[in-house]
Amino acid sequence: MSEWTQRLENPVSARLRDPGVTGYTGLVLGVLAAFLAIPPIEARTTTWPIVVGIVAVALGIWTTTRGRRRLGIGAIVSGLLGIGLGILATRSGTGNLEAVFNASLVAQTFAFATPLVFGAIAGMFSERSGVVNIGLEGMMLMGAFWGVFGADKGGTWVVGILVGGATGGVLALVYAYFAIHLRADQIVGGTAVNFLALGITGYFFFQIYHGEYVPAGVSQIPDVNIPGLKDVGFLGPAIGHLNLMIWVGFLVVIASYFVVFKTPIGLRIRACGEHPRAADTVGINVYAVRYGCVVLSGVLAAIGGVYLSDGFGGGTFNDNMTAGRGFIALAAMIFGNWRPAGAFGAAVLFGLSSAVALRLQVYSASASTLFNVLPYVLTLIAVAGVIGRTVPPAADGKPYSKQ
Amino acid sequence: MTEEPNVPPETPEEAALTGTLAASIALKQRAGGLIVPVLTALIAFLLGGLVVLATGHNPLLAYRDIFNGAGLNWVFHPTTNVADTAAYNLSQTLLQTTTLILCGLAVAFAFRCGMFNIGGQGQYFVGLYVANWVGVDFSGMSPLPHILLAVGAATLAGGLWAGIAGFLKATVGAHEVISTIMLNWIAIWVGEWLFGDGGPLQNSANKTVPISSDIAESAKLPVFWGEKELQGLHVGFFVAIAALVVFWAILNRTTLGYEVRAVGFNPEAAAYGGINVRKNLVRAMAISGAFAGLAGALDMTGYLYHFGQSDIPANSVGFIGIAVALLGRNTAVGTGLGALLFGALLFGTTHGLSSNVIQPELAGNLTYIIEGLVVLFVGADVLILYLWNTRRRLRPRGPKAAEAAA
Repeated sequence: MSEWTQRLENPVSARLRDPGVTGYTGLVLGVLAAFLAIPPIEARTTTWPIVVGIVAVALGIWTTTRGRRRLGIGAIVSGLLGIGLGILATRSGTGNLEAVFNASLVAQTFAFATPLVFGAIAGMFSERSGVVNIGLEGMMLMGAFWGVFGADKGGTWVVGILVGGATGGVLALVYAYFAIHLRADQIVGGTAVNFLALGITGYFFFQIYHGEYVPAGVSQIPDVNIPGLKDVGFLGPAIGHLNLMIWVGFLVVIASYFVVFKTPIGLRIRACGEHPRAADTVGINVYAVRYGCVVLSGVLAAIGGVYLSDGFGGGTFNDNMTAGRGFIALAAMIFGNWRPAGAFGAAVLFGLSSAVALRLQVYSASASTLFNVLPYVLTLIAVAGVIGRTVPPAADGKPYSKQ
Repeated sequence: MTEEPNVPPETPEEAALTGTLAASIALKQRAGGLIVPVLTALIAFLLGGLVVLATGHNPLLAYRDIFNGAGLNWVFHPTTNVADTAAYNLSQTLLQTTTLILCGLAVAFAFRCGMFNIGGQGQYFVGLYVANWVGVDFSGMSPLPHILLAVGAATLAGGLWAGIAGFLKATVGAHEVISTIMLNWIAIWVGEWLFGDGGPLQNSANKTVPISSDIAESAKLPVFWGEKELQGLHVGFFVAIAALVVFWAILNRTTLGYEVRAVGFNPEAAAYGGINVRKNLVRAMAISGAFAGLAGALDMTGYLYHFGQSDIPANSVGFIGIAVALLGRNTAVGTGLGALLFGALLFGTTHGLSSNVIQPELAGNLTYIIEGLVVLFVGADVLILYLWNTRRRLRPRGPKAAEAAA
């Protein structure tokens, strides 16, 4: 729909979108983040170095996924160093911020990021095949409720993951039928999915558990305790006992990279997303590929939801538990330019801002809120194309009719 | 204006023969008529009823309770006395309808320009916040200017908020769906900040409660049905009805509306015809947002009077506006009727249900299920065209069929 507007070029914003410019801007901001905390400027809180540093990292991810890899990585490193130095500088002044920034922040970042990682990879599969998935939020919510339901009734978290994933897949299948066969508007269909999931999970949560919490003692997704790391200073609390699904999330990212970019199946998926007519001509069953991708998308998003309720949430559920995480996942996917590594980087970045937001609550409610807004503001800037160009698959969102 | 082409636009039926995109949109608009929305709603209620049945409740009794809870049984014994339960319930349903009409128009107007404004919720919130700010902080004004200032500022704020998305689309081609989703969540978190601990709009009396102060008496809208203290129906209801007329008049009787619709049908053709497409995208989005901002303003000055952190996640009128507009096929009359339907569902499911039939918690979620089904089925154009074709096959001698065959 917006194809024609994308062609309207603006010379000034085109120059700003150049990866070289974004990369160097990231480098400079990273340095600035460090300097914000020391004498000439001397911000009294760590908020500003971190905000500027995160923007630098964001610019770096942007640049990396758009061709200037080395420069982008430089900007990411510069941003991270800026954050680190900024914290070090302020920490000497205000000691209690030590509680905010320590090794367990890493663990918490991954914990917050994992639902987003699953959601973003889920969205990537769907959109790479040419089907926009606004319904990620709903599919994730389905997984969150039915996963904890499965773990409760089935007695083990394995059943929870299977049941949760399956319900997400079923909802995605319904969506796929409307989006692919009936050629319904995909934005409208995705909105419907979100409403449906909200209603279904809320309805059955009350029907089955009478509005009480899910009974305590539900089998939870276990943590992975790495034996050698237990007593290692920083790594122990950071990655020594992360939840199983966090590691699975890492594997999903790596696997999806190989599937999408290194296998014939991935080539077919991308062909359906870029030029379905051509794909059809060479004998690819466009409908089958799209169905497969949308259902896979539903399953993955729902597993992210299962982790949210049965891993991260400690085996509980509450109404509308996802609370916008599906949309942050969508944002992470867009920010990562429809690529697994980029989506992962953005998801971790957004996870970091959530983790910091939670910890800052103790010190300052308004600073905490600032961090919660960050993913959305960054994505808004990203889609605005001011700092680069998002390139969705060419046929993303366009229904395909066989002739 | 000289930009207007001399040739009058074709009728949808004429255009259908040429097979343009505009024609297919227009055809779907007409093909739907009244049948498809009604059918859609019936299917949604039927499937929702099956869920109720499957979980061991009686769907007919549940729907009867919701019908009565919404005060729709008022038509059997009309009275203006709000001591009467049905009359009171109806006044509450109309209160919800007021909001939903405007939230529906916010979606519908952008739709007519070919854009999907999914950000009605954020624009509504922005309107609400600004109305609260003006209502609280500008106390000491006399009532009429105060109300006008609060409502005007909030409407403007909603328009500006949506205008960001329109501007981004017009200048750099950012998809409005993504940008309005992001703007929604920014508005939500800004609200958390405004009303939260130490936030600028938090009440000054009790700093432990994350709720705003009440707006000044002078900013409160007059209530014409019921009591102010009992959340009576305020005059904003008539503003919403007037907005429906304004919506229709802008689209069908002004150059602006003509341009907006032309861009919606086919932006390239519109540009070729001398219409400034970018300007219209921004304008349509801003007008959309103004409707949603107005909804927030009327809610704040009409009956909420204050707002808190916990009210933010509980509020989804902006999203329901999507279902309202889609069910109403983005027309003024349709949006009005859709708003009444969902207004009745919203109030009827929260209230006056006997727990041996269906609990309010279940009924509230049933509303979401029905909304989801409505949106799902309304979105299926092929299904609608199939129904349209079936109808045409059933009436082969109809005047339209003859025209299409010609």
